[in-house]
Amino acid sequence: MKIRIKFAKRGAMKFVGHLDMMRYFQKAIRRANVAVVYSEGFSPHQKMSFAAPLGVGLTSEGEYLDIEVSDSLSSAKMLEVCNQVMAEGIEVLSWRRLPDQAKNAMALVAAADYRLTFREGYQPKEMEQFYQGFLEFVQAESILIIKKTKKGERELDLKPLIYQAAVEEDGSLFLRVCAGSSENIKPESILQTYYQNRLKQEMPMFAFQIQRLELYANIGTEQEKQFVPLEALGDEID
Amino acid sequence: MRKLALSDEILLSIEKPARYIGNEINMVVKDPRTVEIRFAICFPDVYEIGMSHLGIQILYEMFNRRDDIYCERVYSPWTDLDAIMRKEKIPLFAIESQEPIRTFDFVGITLQYEMCYTNVLQILDLGQIPLLSKDRGEADPIVIGGGPCSYNPEPLADFFDLFYIGEGETVYYQMMDVYQENRRQGGTRLSFLERAAEIPGIYVPAFYRITYNADGTIKKRERMNSYAKETIRKEIVLDLSDTYYPEKPLVPFLKATQDRVVLEIQRGCIRGCRFCQAGAVYRPVRERSLEFLKRMACQMIQSTGQEEISLASLSSSDYSQLKELVFFLIEEFQGKGINISLPSLRIDAFSLDVMSKVQDIRKSSLTFAPEAGSQRLRNVINKGLTEEMILNGAAEAFHGGWNRVKLYFMLGLPTETVEDIEEIAVLADQIARVYYAEVPKEQRQGKVQITVSTSFFVPKPFTPFQWAPMCTKEDFLEKARVVNGKVHEMLNRKSITYHWHEADVSVLEGILARGDRRVGAVILSAYQKGCLYDAWSEHFDEQKWMEAFQETGIDPFFYTTRVRELDEILPWDFIDAGITKEFLIREWKQAQKETVTPNCRMSCSGCGAKVFGGGVCYEDKN
Repeated sequence: MKIRIKFAKRGAMKFVGHLDMMRYFQKAIRRANVAVVYSEGFSPHQKMSFAAPLGVGLTSEGEYLDIEVSDSLSSAKMLEVCNQVMAEGIEVLSWRRLPDQAKNAMALVAAADYRLTFREGYQPKEMEQFYQGFLEFVQAESILIIKKTKKGERELDLKPLIYQAAVEEDGSLFLRVCAGSSENIKPESILQTYYQNRLKQEMPMFAFQIQRLELYANIGTEQEKQFVPLEALGDEID
Repeated sequence: MRKLALSDEILLSIEKPARYIGNEINMVVKDPRTVEIRFAICFPDVYEIGMSHLGIQILYEMFNRRDDIYCERVYSPWTDLDAIMRKEKIPLFAIESQEPIRTFDFVGITLQYEMCYTNVLQILDLGQIPLLSKDRGEADPIVIGGGPCSYNPEPLADFFDLFYIGEGETVYYQMMDVYQENRRQGGTRLSFLERAAEIPGIYVPAFYRITYNADGTIKKRERMNSYAKETIRKEIVLDLSDTYYPEKPLVPFLKATQDRVVLEIQRGCIRGCRFCQAGAVYRPVRERSLEFLKRMACQMIQSTGQEEISLASLSSSDYSQLKELVFFLIEEFQGKGINISLPSLRIDAFSLDVMSKVQDIRKSSLTFAPEAGSQRLRNVINKGLTEEMILNGAAEAFHGGWNRVKLYFMLGLPTETVEDIEEIAVLADQIARVYYAEVPKEQRQGKVQITVSTSFFVPKPFTPFQWAPMCTKEDFLEKARVVNGKVHEMLNRKSITYHWHEADVSVLEGILARGDRRVGAVILSAYQKGCLYDAWSEHFDEQKWMEAFQETGIDPFFYTTRVRELDEILPWDFIDAGITKEFLIREWKQAQKETVTPNCRMSCSGCGAKVFGGGVCYEDKN
């Protein structure tokens, strides 16, 4: 059966890169004695896939991976078992069974929520003005950037790929942006463009601590998008 | 959440920040304020190498079992972080607490290979601990060296407060107790070192003075402190099935060089190859019991979630219950997605059988280490592997479906002639001929692939070759050219690939391995010139080392090509490794007569290791 795991990556764990997180979970799944399914052959590997790589330096409350198991206890029990063997900073948040024909998380990712907080010492003097300017900036008709790809450079309009932008009460910035394999927007590239276009300066390299909050699938259409968290596509096991 | 020693800005500007954050699975967490002794245990190389070392994990487990001690790890910061720490004057910190090691009671540094010596100085320097023992004060940590290179600690004598000679499991607790008692009594650094000097296996270099003859050899070694022992006998664990072992090994986030759990099945070696230091200083052979190893294997796999388990020891084929152990591991772990990684085994029906069970024959290769090309030279080095054994083993393996062979040799062995090294190519060719003769055309999986690798022989202390002159860099490279030329003359040259190492690192290794106290000045000078990570060929800077020799007035050839007389006082003679000098002289003479000495299980050759009262010397005698 297919299982979707949601987890948080906090604190110092933000310095552990994506490939190492994959290796980490393979070992964690063994420590938890999960009845995971292996491939055949001399070096069998677990059937496991991650939704979307998280860059080094980012924390997250909404990471996902899918695994295949031959058996599972209840979701509540599996959370308990898994969290007993996690490193500090990694917490398994949900364990849900997917329908057998479900697409894997990676194929489904359509949007992501982020929270950006100024690192200590990087706050602009006029915070309100900064954010006011930013909210106006994302209202523009189009936000053109030059995107570097393996094949060269191309122009990209960020505007239709920014789904939401808001300033939170705690002074952080909330963004919902397009994510996934077709077009993946890094929140810092939006901020960088704001710095360059509006503030006429380069964004300081470590200005923001960025936290991913959630990953979504689109269960609507291309025109009428309807985002649901990836975990919503699975069911709790009783 | 622990506070990290390095800022986000630094960690996000360097390669692999996960090297410095700790938090690994099975990391020991203690409140540093609740312990009496803080011990920083250091492997002076990059994290991924250091994390692969079993010895550190054993000592980590041992120290941390005690509630009054917090043992934390330190590795060499990579060159990118090194530059930042120097510029911003950030003191080197321990991974667990992220606190500066200069505030610790002890810094214990393992010396696994000579080429890490400048990294030792980096640890002290970044740690803001005076480099020279004599400059350290009451507030500085006690700096301890251990590991195989401490069998000749003299080149590092000025940098260490004490050396622990032998296996770490035995007297560390005693030393910690002595430390506490000294502190309670208001004792000083000196009074602790004096008390430590009385503990078996502990060597305090500052308590001795060396004087030299006009020709540069050692004249006298005098004790300058009444607590200092005349000789230091190595410490060993007699019962390896009733001792510390990491039941919960650390699991790094980064892919370590050894990304697996390790079962050390035995210590020591019965073989007595005359070039091998490990085989000499770890005598006598002591095996761990099958029951102990089975239990550890299961516990470690459960506590780590590792997907691979490997066996470690010298000459693993000599472990008396290897078959039972390997079959147990296959039975227990295969089908659970756990790979079993075999050490290089003597090629026979058993090893081929288990290899075919745990590896993909098409992707794996057979390994032989004849070490010398000719039978004559193999007799000189006492390597009991004959051409017949190699060819028969290869034939059997070829029938089993293998078609890749790796061969390891050394160049520059004592008494070596051009004919001896040409035989390397001939042997490789013969193996290829066996393949084409034994395997019918229709059954062949392509060509046979034979990889020949040579390393350069470095004479080491406590081996029968400790008196042997070492080759120069030019000699070494000429020898490699001879092998390469001969390989190209062979009928099956297209099936043979030949690799050789750089020679300059080997030459320096030779100087450091058999150096005396005066070599310490060269190490310090080289470090001050910027030498670091000398074991990494991309960082090794021969030019700087040569300048260091020049400026300190030390002649490198005194330590390499010079012929040492049998009655010369060698820098390491004060260490009693069990094997006696008489035995080593006997073996050195046997080597020149091309005479083979039987292994420990065939008959005892009276090496001296029997004094420890255990191991192979007493097998079948109870």
